[in-house]
Amino acid sequence: MLLIRCPYCEAERPELEFTYAGEAHIARPADPSKLNDDEWKTHLFIRSNPRGTHFERWRHQHGCGRFFNAVRDTVSDKFAMTYKAGLPRPTETELEKARS
Amino acid sequence: MLHEHHPLIGREIAVRKVTPLNIRAVADGARFVLRIDPAQAAQAAKAFGSPLPGKIGDVTVSKGRLAVRLGPDEWHLVVPLTEQEAIETAFAKLYATVPHSLVDVSHREIGIAVEGVAAMLALRSAIAFDIGGMPVGTGCRTIFDKAQIILVREAEDRFRIEVWRSFADHVWGILDAASREIALGI
Repeated sequence: MLLIRCPYCEAERPELEFTYAGEAHIARPADPSKLNDDEWKTHLFIRSNPRGTHFERWRHQHGCGRFFNAVRDTVSDKFAMTYKAGLPRPTETELEKARS
Repeated sequence: MLHEHHPLIGREIAVRKVTPLNIRAVADGARFVLRIDPAQAAQAAKAFGSPLPGKIGDVTVSKGRLAVRLGPDEWHLVVPLTEQEAIETAFAKLYATVPHSLVDVSHREIGIAVEGVAAMLALRSAIAFDIGGMPVGTGCRTIFDKAQIILVREAEDRFRIEVWRSFADHVWGILDAASREIALGI
């Protein structure tokens, strides 16, 4: 079972307590009515689905109930780090530090 | 006609061996879920009449009142039944100046005390994280088998489970099975 660190509880918790909530850092367009269908489709459905480092949202549903962001390797399933929702995407150097 | 149904009343699991274990339903109390801006928590503590824990996962116990901080803006409060009205009134007054929500969930949950040297062993059978690493005087919401519970570590070998009454029988069944294994030494 994966252990995931919740940045709010500041503790390692089993995967059971969490739910996955899709890719992170997807900003909702400020004025959706100005978008054409294609752009709206892209916003709603098109995701990066990378092989390797993935920025994603998780929710500590059966804990503090908060959404937060995590960096996970989609190949090894290893979490590099987790950080609070609303914080900017960590830089490559920060990720390197977290991995080591 | 409505009947109050308390599935665990009068039931007890006791193992009297080298590894003693005692599991029983704790005396009923009034329970509240408090949601409030953490910056205003001091005001809520004043209305509550006891300190509220400041760190997520921390527990305060004073004058028989238990408070667990479950999330950034969420507290779970367990108080003696006789104090329920006083607390509701105090918070109703606070509502004029500080927006918050205090929800009475007394009838939703049941407290189970798990006590004894083997308490951790019994809980480990269905809780997936390292309970040994949980400091005394902390609590958190977690999953017990498939049921959501609030687990509070009151002492080195005394835990308290707060579980929804509809899940209580299930949780009790698992604790019962685990305690039989402990009693037989397997």
